[in-house]
Amino acid sequence: MAGAAGPGAGPGAAGGDGDDSLYPIAVLIDELRNEDVQPPLESLATVEETVVRDKAVESLRQISQEHTPVALEAHFVPLVKRLASGDWFTSRTSACGLFSVCYPRASNAVKAEIRQHFRSLCSDDTPMVRRAAASKLGEFAKVLELDSVKTEIVPLFTNLASDEQDSVRLLAVEACVSIAQLLSQDDLEALVMPTLRQAAEDKSWRVRYMVADKFSEVKCIGISGIENLKGICPADFLLDTTINLSILGLELVSDTNQHVKSALASVIMGLSTILGKENTIEHLLPLFLAQLKDECPEVRLNIISNLDCVNEVIGIRQLSQSLLPAIVELAEDAKWRVRLAIIEYMPLLAGQLGVEFFDEKLNSLCMAWLVDHVYAIREAATNNLMKLVQKFGTEWAQNTIVPRVLVMANDPNYLHRMTTLFCINALSEACGKEITTKQMLPIVLKMAGDQVANVRFNVAKSLQKIGPILDTNALQGEVKPVLQKLGQDEDMDVKYFAQEAISVVAQRLRKLDFPVKDSEEPSIPGVDKNLFLRPRVPGENTGKGPHVNTRDTLAQLETAELMHFPQSRE
Amino acid sequence: MPVNTKRQDTWKGIVQRSDIISTVEFNYSGDLLATGDKGGRVVIFQREQENKGRTHSRGEYNVYSTFQSHEPEFDYLKSLEIEEKINKIRWLPQQNAAHFLLSTNDKTIKLWKISERDKRAEGYNLKDEDGRLRDPFRITALRVPILKPMDLMVEASPRRIFANAHTYHINSISVNSDHETYLSADDLRINLWHLEITDRSFNIVDIKPANMEELTEVITAAEFHPHQCNVLVYSSSKGTIRLCDMRSSALCDRHAKFFEEPEDPSSRSFFSEIISSISDVKFSHSGRYMMTRDYLSVKVWDLNMEGRPVETHQVHEYLRSKLCSLYENDCIFDKFECCWNGSDSAIMTGSYNNFFRMFDRNTRRDVTLEASRENSKPRACLKPRKVCTGGKRKKDEISVDSLDFNKKILHTAWHPMESIIAVAATNNLYIFQDKIN
Repeated sequence: MAGAAGPGAGPGAAGGDGDDSLYPIAVLIDELRNEDVQPPLESLATVEETVVRDKAVESLRQISQEHTPVALEAHFVPLVKRLASGDWFTSRTSACGLFSVCYPRASNAVKAEIRQHFRSLCSDDTPMVRRAAASKLGEFAKVLELDSVKTEIVPLFTNLASDEQDSVRLLAVEACVSIAQLLSQDDLEALVMPTLRQAAEDKSWRVRYMVADKFSEVKCIGISGIENLKGICPADFLLDTTINLSILGLELVSDTNQHVKSALASVIMGLSTILGKENTIEHLLPLFLAQLKDECPEVRLNIISNLDCVNEVIGIRQLSQSLLPAIVELAEDAKWRVRLAIIEYMPLLAGQLGVEFFDEKLNSLCMAWLVDHVYAIREAATNNLMKLVQKFGTEWAQNTIVPRVLVMANDPNYLHRMTTLFCINALSEACGKEITTKQMLPIVLKMAGDQVANVRFNVAKSLQKIGPILDTNALQGEVKPVLQKLGQDEDMDVKYFAQEAISVVAQRLRKLDFPVKDSEEPSIPGVDKNLFLRPRVPGENTGKGPHVNTRDTLAQLETAELMHFPQSRE
Repeated sequence: MPVNTKRQDTWKGIVQRSDIISTVEFNYSGDLLATGDKGGRVVIFQREQENKGRTHSRGEYNVYSTFQSHEPEFDYLKSLEIEEKINKIRWLPQQNAAHFLLSTNDKTIKLWKISERDKRAEGYNLKDEDGRLRDPFRITALRVPILKPMDLMVEASPRRIFANAHTYHINSISVNSDHETYLSADDLRINLWHLEITDRSFNIVDIKPANMEELTEVITAAEFHPHQCNVLVYSSSKGTIRLCDMRSSALCDRHAKFFEEPEDPSSRSFFSEIISSISDVKFSHSGRYMMTRDYLSVKVWDLNMEGRPVETHQVHEYLRSKLCSLYENDCIFDKFECCWNGSDSAIMTGSYNNFFRMFDRNTRRDVTLEASRENSKPRACLKPRKVCTGGKRKKDEISVDSLDFNKKILHTAWHPMESIIAVAATNNLYIFQDKIN
């Protein structure tokens, strides 16, 4: 690279028009991969643009793999040392990412030097460097000898976890996961856990959040270490560790910050698989139950959404005593979004709790949602029913759900009657032809004579929706007449939807080549072509009673048929 | 503490509104001094390296870089102009050979990089030395461009633009001690930013009431603690200061500490609330104390004591009887700033008639000095001034009624380590320093 300035030297050497433009160069250099490429990479590792620095460090890490151990010590390690002693913090942060790659293959003397450099970076003046060191601590620990980990890394970890800057302490907590993997159970308990406990009581909620988040990982590692020792160690030893870890969990459960609690709730359920049945019942169950009663709905929801893990281990019965009140409370929460969330979990819960439990305890809840004040809830409840039918089968639907839904058709509130229709829309496919024809269709047809126009036009829509499921006899014999009558309704929306439905139904019938009645009357008096101009009065009651089939109306029906069929879509 | 000073005048010319200096700030080492003006320009002065030969002339400040930071904008939605006036400049701690500063107007904060270039690439293939493109067909051989030295050029480039986060006018910015985040405060809200991320900011304080009719106070200034990354303070127009701890919760609407001096009932007047409005709040370098400036006084508070300040210094008590006329000419709403010296032993703030005041906290002495061309000659010591409040006026004293209220010193800055101060008087920048004995 003739003419290029030396590494890290002089202003303007690596600045250029903008450091972002250096990123493609860094990528290209990555591809070149030989020794000569190191100086420019070193220079790129010191620029202020983070993206460029990171890419340069990545390239250097890959290059280091291709050095022989001799070349590593001759060329690479000096580069790392230069970066680590650089004036500007940018070079020192980059250095942090290079220690772990050059350590394993270096000689002992050089190893000591590398450790020394890392130590000094961990206590650097600038928070940026300490943050970089903390984030690389775990990775570096992994390549060190166990002795060094205990004598050097753990003190560094402890210092970083008590740093005055929140951002440094946060990263130290992350590092403890990697460190925990390397230590024996004893060492873990003696060296790492005290610091972790301190972090769980940290004044900053962000640090506590990290502990909650990483909590299960730490436990996993701790426990898998135990699993290996299971045959050898006494059981109470295992239990001791578990208790310690659970106490940690308990502290976090009673944290005042809702983000910490939510994070813990998501994570804590996964622990049951690790701990096994007895330990779960003894230690974790109190934690679950405490969180189920938490004042923050999000925490409760996080518990409920993760019940499958617990179910595997101890069975839901243990929880059901407490679970049910929690669910009921959430289902009746004043905020509708909370209610919505619990509805969405209902199919999952139903699947886990089983049919009997559901019928016994939760069925009435689902029905109550159908008549909730908020439309979004009613809609979600309808969908919920559909999913439940898919889960539990048509017979169950026929016995439990369908009767109760159909009863709503007589409700004085028109919104509830409409809900019946929506349910029928949703359930018909899942329930199948027979139930739809025998039980649902009569109700729908009956509602065609409802006083409220909204109900009537929803009848038309329902008939259109469930049409494909019915057989053609029913279509021709029952559905079509009703639709035709609706097509004559005074209300124009009812007429519109009825006509839509008619054309769809007719299409289906035509495909089956059913003969269509013809009439010879040329003109059609009495049909109001200006029907769309009539202003609609809201809440208008047409005052129509149940339909009576007279000769006159029949003639009109036939002419209506004539009028519409030629226009129907092909 | 009479300061022996020499004056260094830097700007000359006709007073244009755009030239009025709106902020002054030294960087962390004191080698650079940035000023922002109403025209949206930033001028940076650099201290000359000390020349060993001339012992009596210590480093002078010369113009290092000038650039246009903000342009006037128009908010189409509200049909309002957005002024380009620079409200605040804050330097970032130095991270490499370049220098970074944040400058803000009413709505947008920008991160500027000021770097030096002393090399230039020559011998491009595709263009001539003067920049004209060469005809590709005429290029017969390839050459590698080489870097050649050139005259030092200082470039300023905007590296980040943090926009669209404030509904009201930004009055403060402050960089956190973690060197990664900073806050910006407007009348009702304080936002937390990460220096690398421009499209998101967290709102950490929001004092907007649900019903705007119930609005009683606004945020006037905010600052992060110099060492503790979780502590910030903000002052209000009602004379209160709230200290917030970001560790306790994500939203700092509830303060951790509340500083307010109980009102003296005997001095209550129609203007009490207006003159109690705090115009500036600054932490001491040690982090133990903070200083607040209200219209007539400067108060030093111990962070451990919320009930009252530990020191109160009267800046221009003689104006108390003139509040009515000051209200009429709107001067009562002037926002004066204040600053600490490097060792926290002295504080300084501005006043009218181009006067500024310094208070020595140890000796309890104070002095009034004037920053103006007529009254000081280069390299001469500044004479202390005195305002006479009534009765017989002595020679060299000036009476309250002849104070020029259009000549106000709102912005001052003190070098972080040495006895050098920068004082902005309308469109002029004065730099004074202590004489070496």
